[in-house]
Amino acid sequence: MLQQLVNGLILGSVYALLALGYTMVYGIIKLINFAHGDIYMMGAFIGYYLINTFHMNFFIALILTMVLTAILGMVIEFLAYRPLRNSTRIAALITAIGVSFFLEYGMVYLVGADIRAFPQALQTVKYNLGPISVTNVQLTILGVSIFLMMALQFIVQKTKMGKAMRAVSVDSDAAQLMGINVNSTISFTFALGSALAGAAGVLIGLYYNSIDPLMGMTPGIKAFVAAVLGGIGIIPGAALGGFIIGLLETFSVSIGLSSYKDAVVYAILIVILLVRPAGILGKNVKEKV
Amino acid sequence: MKKNLKSILSWLALIAIVYLALTVLVSAGVIRLYHLQILMGIGISMIMAMGTNLVLGFSGQFPLGQAGFMAIGAYATAILTKSNPTYAGFYLSMLVGMLVAGLVAVIVGFPTLRLKGDYLAIATLGVAEIIRIAIVNGGDFTNGAAGLTGILPYTSWQLVFAFVVIIAILMLNFLRSSVGRQVISVREDEIAAESMGVNTTKIKVMTFAFAAMTASIAGSLYVGYIGTVVPKDFTIMRSIDYLIIAVLGGLGSMTGTIVAAIVLGILNMYLQSVSELRMIIYSLALILVMVFRPGGLLGTKELMLSKLFSKKAKEGK
Amino acid sequence: MKKKFALTAVAFLSAAVLAACGAAPSSTTDATGNEIGETLKIGYNLELSGAVAAYGNQEKNGADLAVEEINAAGGVDGKKIEVVSKDNKSDNSEAATLSTSLATEDKVSLILGPATSGAVASASPNATKAGVPLLTPSGTQDDLTSKDGKVEDFVFRTTFQDSYQGQVIAQYATENLSSKKAFVYYDASSDYAKGLYKAFKEAYKGEVIEETYQSGDKDFQAALTKVKSKDFDTVVLLGYYTETGLITKQAREIGIENPILGPDGFSDSKFVEAAGAGNATNVFYVAGYSTSVKLSEAKSENFIKAYTDKFGEEPNMFAALAYDSIYMAAEAAKGAKDSKELAANLASLKDFDGVTGQMTIDEDHNPVKSAIMVELENGVQKSATAVEVK
Repeated sequence: MLQQLVNGLILGSVYALLALGYTMVYGIIKLINFAHGDIYMMGAFIGYYLINTFHMNFFIALILTMVLTAILGMVIEFLAYRPLRNSTRIAALITAIGVSFFLEYGMVYLVGADIRAFPQALQTVKYNLGPISVTNVQLTILGVSIFLMMALQFIVQKTKMGKAMRAVSVDSDAAQLMGINVNSTISFTFALGSALAGAAGVLIGLYYNSIDPLMGMTPGIKAFVAAVLGGIGIIPGAALGGFIIGLLETFSVSIGLSSYKDAVVYAILIVILLVRPAGILGKNVKEKV
Repeated sequence: MKKNLKSILSWLALIAIVYLALTVLVSAGVIRLYHLQILMGIGISMIMAMGTNLVLGFSGQFPLGQAGFMAIGAYATAILTKSNPTYAGFYLSMLVGMLVAGLVAVIVGFPTLRLKGDYLAIATLGVAEIIRIAIVNGGDFTNGAAGLTGILPYTSWQLVFAFVVIIAILMLNFLRSSVGRQVISVREDEIAAESMGVNTTKIKVMTFAFAAMTASIAGSLYVGYIGTVVPKDFTIMRSIDYLIIAVLGGLGSMTGTIVAAIVLGILNMYLQSVSELRMIIYSLALILVMVFRPGGLLGTKELMLSKLFSKKAKEGK
Repeated sequence: MKKKFALTAVAFLSAAVLAACGAAPSSTTDATGNEIGETLKIGYNLELSGAVAAYGNQEKNGADLAVEEINAAGGVDGKKIEVVSKDNKSDNSEAATLSTSLATEDKVSLILGPATSGAVASASPNATKAGVPLLTPSGTQDDLTSKDGKVEDFVFRTTFQDSYQGQVIAQYATENLSSKKAFVYYDASSDYAKGLYKAFKEAYKGEVIEETYQSGDKDFQAALTKVKSKDFDTVVLLGYYTETGLITKQAREIGIENPILGPDGFSDSKFVEAAGAGNATNVFYVAGYSTSVKLSEAKSENFIKAYTDKFGEEPNMFAALAYDSIYMAAEAAKGAKDSKELAANLASLKDFDGVTGQMTIDEDHNPVKSAIMVELENGVQKSATAVEVK
């Protein structure tokens, strides 16, 4: 049972990293970035190439991947989402779907749809602590995820850019009047979210040893559910949601519902929307007309 | 009624002409079996895209789960016609599929459409997946991942044609009615509509259920001409295929949807050999259309023969 | 609004009544077949893009090689083989319409593929309607060739059926590994795996602990952890290498050292890649074909060399099956005037010598041939044992 808890936490930390990106982007421009799961996939592939072709050290590759995916996120925002800043939400959503598919099928065209084995950049070492056993890879994932989450929280709460992000999410017009450059704030948000997704991609590539161009779809949706569960637009909420979803998924397998584990996650979404749409940490904000 | 009589008659004439033309071409051997199958596929995608457009283009909500409702219709037909392999059984199964799809739509739609936001997109995605997973794990009832085979060819091109016409007429009339105007008002400005007394949740759910039922009909027709049904046929990709048709044709234009379905169906046939590029081209097209021409090809224009007549009448005076 | 619904309901009902309640549509078998003209036209209806593109592409390679060889040697009855290759995008409706297109528009004499059972089931009716035989190199579902005791006249396969493989695995487990309690972990979202599971469970005499996963899953820790504390002597993984490779890795990493058995879905170098060479030890899987053990000496040797020269990688089971399929089709086309005669010849094919073994087509259009269980040690084939199902 405790072992299952560990499994769930590891899975959850990955979902949390992805959910953070979703929630940040939604919070600032009210867009569900469908392409987010695919940035995670791109991160995995970038890491794959960096380690395979350039034989980099794992942690250097991780940081470099985060930088590259951040740039990718900013480019996507600039080319596809910025022109639609004043269009309907539907138009932006459709564009997001278009970007998502473009990334997925572009990669399929370039590298083929088959899975690839991620290079084993870290030698697996097992630790047995009483009733549970963890590998160093699992600990690395947990450690890196928590570190990144804390770093994010620091950036958002304690830096000027973070303050700008929070201001723009509340009221972008007022923020602009206060002298905040809304465009660069939004770009920065995308960069941060994409960097986290890229990191998650590399970590997962290492952990599961298998990457393919369509790997971002399902985790992307589940991460969105996690973001909604925790309270969309609220950063600690996304982290919380991610862990809960990871644990729920692991437990549904352990009690014999493994065929339905995905369905359970989707069903949670419907339930949460029915019962508490603002999410666990959300506040019900009345919209003023 | 008199005023509309001319346009109604001319529409009927148009439909009859198209039908006769197709019949002639088929019996002359110009349109062969392969083309008929392509045409039936186009007809079914028309129905699906019209349903998507109804919710997306007219009520302004984002349904990504149409494939799930299609699956309900397809499996209803596949399962029920096993024990009753007659045309009556086929229509009965279609009816059952419609009712189940409508019910599911209401159950899912109510909590999600109650809120203002884009939750419907992910929620419908999730529901379509839940339906698919349920089918995969349906044991002997649905035969799981292997799917069901041996369904007799109930669908003929004439049947698909008839359904396309009927559903198009139903939808267009629905949109022109007073309820339809309420739907459009929800799309334009939900808060304003609500303050005018429109029950926005009810309207949104009704539209969503209508679209779900038409998707189910399309599913029954689908299995009637393919003969086999597997859960793999109804993934998110399928919903997105129809979304692309609706978007490219013009959200808010049924004519646009019909035209786009035909154009894309024929294009698919020609892009057969470069299928890997197909999705890349379509996704780029989606992005470009949204950035440069968000209304789609036809925007919100509809082909209206009545306009032709009213102009003539005015000129006459 | 209400009036409209009422009207449609009435229209519906009257149409249904008018359509004669008792009538059922007839599945007409036009079945005139296609004449074999100056060239022997073979159509490929393969998954060249989409979810299972890997199999389709490997089969195309194997088939292309065979066509090249046959044409270089003079063709069939002096006629060259002409290939019409189409991609069904791993989509069943596309497979169905392509079947029609190949049979009625391109007028091929034989359709090769699809690779997956679901697509074969969709494509078969149209091929049958046109009187053109369909030969699937890798469709394993039992009811593709023969349903409820009735044989599909125009559907054939080159590979084992699911039920046969399931028996092979069960027998090997019981007799060669003395297994009494097996942990079976299978892909519940795959018809291939489910068919195997059913057959295995029926044939296996010991106790079974079962768990399921879905295609596309990457994390199997939860199920493996759950099962680790239970008592079993062998692990049976039923699915394709995309997941079974990962499961093998994760199982070995949490300390499950028991022998792992699997079907021909393991048969790809990616299995070892995903599992990690060290973990691919004490692993056994069914093969109709092995690069180290030749079921048909000279032919296999040449095939492996020719394939590696042309495509830069060693052939796997799918490529080998497609290669054999083309040779079988060529054999059956000898002396045949049209596609219907080709089908008849295929049905009576005896003692055909292929790289996947010597086979005879039985009355259910399934090949009777021996299976081998290959053993992996550190990712390399160590031994292979022939299994005769009793």
